[in-house]
Amino acid sequence: MSTAELLGKQEYKYGFVTDIESDVIPRGLSEDTIRLIVKIKNEPDWMLDFRLKAYRHWLTMTEPKHWPNISYPEINYQDVIYYSAPKQKATKASLDEVDPELLRTFEKLGIPLTEQKQLANVAVDAVFDSVSVATTYKEKLKKHGVIFCSFTEAIREYPELVRKYLGSVVPTNDNFFAALNSAVFSDGSFCFIPKGVRCPMELSTYFRINNSESGQFERTLIIAEEGSHVSYLEGCTAPKFDKNQLHAAVVELVALDDAQIKYSTVQNWYAGDEKGVGGIYNFVTKRGKCAGRNSKISWTQVETGSAITWKYPSCILQGDNSIGEFYSVALTNHAQQADTGTKMIHLGKNTRSTIISKGIAAGRSNNSYRGLVKVMPKADNARNYTQCDSMLIGSNSGANTFPYIEVMNNTSSVEHEASTSKISEEQLFYLQQRGISQEDAVSLIINGFCKDVFLQLPMEFAVEAQRLLGMKLEGSVG
Amino acid sequence: MLEIKNLHAGIDGNEILKGINLTIRKGEIHAIMGPNGSGKSTLAKVLSGHPSYEVTAGEVLYEGKNLLEMSPDERARSGVFMAFQYPIEVPGVSNAQFLRLAYNEKRKHLGEEELDPLEFKDLLKERAKVVEMDASFMTRSVNEGFSGGEKKRNEILQMAVLEPKLAILDETDSGLDIDALRIVAGGVNQLHNENNAVILVTHYQRLLDYIVPQFVHVLANGRIAKEGGKELALELEEKGYDWLKTATPETSVEARAN
Repeated sequence: MSTAELLGKQEYKYGFVTDIESDVIPRGLSEDTIRLIVKIKNEPDWMLDFRLKAYRHWLTMTEPKHWPNISYPEINYQDVIYYSAPKQKATKASLDEVDPELLRTFEKLGIPLTEQKQLANVAVDAVFDSVSVATTYKEKLKKHGVIFCSFTEAIREYPELVRKYLGSVVPTNDNFFAALNSAVFSDGSFCFIPKGVRCPMELSTYFRINNSESGQFERTLIIAEEGSHVSYLEGCTAPKFDKNQLHAAVVELVALDDAQIKYSTVQNWYAGDEKGVGGIYNFVTKRGKCAGRNSKISWTQVETGSAITWKYPSCILQGDNSIGEFYSVALTNHAQQADTGTKMIHLGKNTRSTIISKGIAAGRSNNSYRGLVKVMPKADNARNYTQCDSMLIGSNSGANTFPYIEVMNNTSSVEHEASTSKISEEQLFYLQQRGISQEDAVSLIINGFCKDVFLQLPMEFAVEAQRLLGMKLEGSVG
Repeated sequence: MLEIKNLHAGIDGNEILKGINLTIRKGEIHAIMGPNGSGKSTLAKVLSGHPSYEVTAGEVLYEGKNLLEMSPDERARSGVFMAFQYPIEVPGVSNAQFLRLAYNEKRKHLGEEELDPLEFKDLLKERAKVVEMDASFMTRSVNEGFSGGEKKRNEILQMAVLEPKLAILDETDSGLDIDALRIVAGGVNQLHNENNAVILVTHYQRLLDYIVPQFVHVLANGRIAKEGGKELALELEEKGYDWLKTATPETSVEARAN
């Protein structure tokens, strides 16, 4: 049996549910809900103020339903559970105190957390529904001055840092979903890389939604001080439910002078079934600020899951000579919808940005690239290169490209290239005539199409991403 | 090895092959010649399983099995190889990656261990000598930006790696200059042995100066109009194909005898 056949039999292998007792708050959202979350988490007053300010603003905002190329039924925000946490002791002195059922869950997902089995050279923060359940390699990282912990812990242990940077890149009133997240976010990861430190290992967060009715609202904040380097990975899965779950995250990155942040995502949330029933609504705001001179922020994303993806990881290139990069593969199959892309805002002189986007649409899915390149008046000699390629599989899928270019400085240069292609019968036949099965041939062609993006991923992630694409396209041709 | 009996096939409802009979044994080289539109390339594509072509009658036995029931990739793994007249580009996939995948599919089919990239690199280096290709071709995307001659040499490289039992070369000589023709033909000659067979589909006799067939079959109007040895090719070169149009198809005689 070929690899593709084996994979085809797996379907969505992360679709299981963990049977665990949870602390759940009543569904619905009000100021009382927020006060309750703050109370459960024992947060300081400044957090309550931050949340309430966001909530009050959110009430005045409307959901962005018109401009994205997606459609979905009305979301009843009063029907969502905003906090769900597996029952456990308040503070965990060590991993031994984490519920074994949770450890087993993550192990099943390929993320062993216990010390004997930990992934070599990757520190993991494991987030289950609303809370972080464990973070590995914390002590080792601390020796290098690197802080890597859950957001809850960061608020408790490093309040000055959190206060200084939280909301500094994505303000609470930025957009509807970011405001919602700011009001109710329950956990997430916090990373701080001090001046001059090259983070000795990859940092990663693995997000798992388990509860069928709770949303996941997590927050990630990464701060890279002067001259520091960090590579961060993010993975996500959820069980199969026939109801939709809401996921609205906010990620903020700050890079000071000469600092570099590389942020990679492989998103494999449950996408719904072939008919489009169930799946995650993924409304995410990710933004990095190249605050310092010569700083660099690089986003690489492989988006394969979710019923709906609405996501535009962006870079604000404020420091002179700073660099922003966006490498993206977005694959949609069956009834999935993706409206994804980036924003590159050039503020500083000699700032450069690169956008490479590969969209693949199969089944009757809809895949849109939406990107903004904005060059502000003071951004002398700013450079942008954008390449957007779409590939259609079958004749019922759709791909769109919506590039927005705003240039206010005449010394800058902006290049945009776009293409749309289809996998041809001749190409498939050629590969099959060399003994490669049709499924493997499709994978090979798609992986070739996405090569420029996969080259940017850390090794293990690249392998995982290739495998995932093959699996997702199973049965979509022929 | 290959037995084609009364094969009728076409595309989009147009019948192109109208009763082909042909038997090929191990160790043989057969040339299929004929004017444009006679069905030469259709025969090659039907044998390799191109999905656009439909077989309407007849049968094809390959090593005693019904070839027409096999998918293109099953045929390939069982040793049927076609060198394409117009090799296809696969952007972003390196030649080495593609060849290793194809090679390992065959190994798996034979129940043998797959080769890792390093082991395969050595094998590839060795096989590449057959068509005088250097290492730079292996890291380039499959056929992307290759010249016409390089594409054809790349086809023979694939043949060298996969070591088919039955190789069908579809107009491999077309568009080749004399040096490239010499290299390609030299490659095929090195790969041919008593355990495999080669079908050369060609319009011109030129290729047959380099790869010498034991049998020459001339197609006209979807049937084999004339058969003979190597000297038939020379005769065609001299007289052209026009005289065939009036000749009686010999295959119909054979078909009746069957």
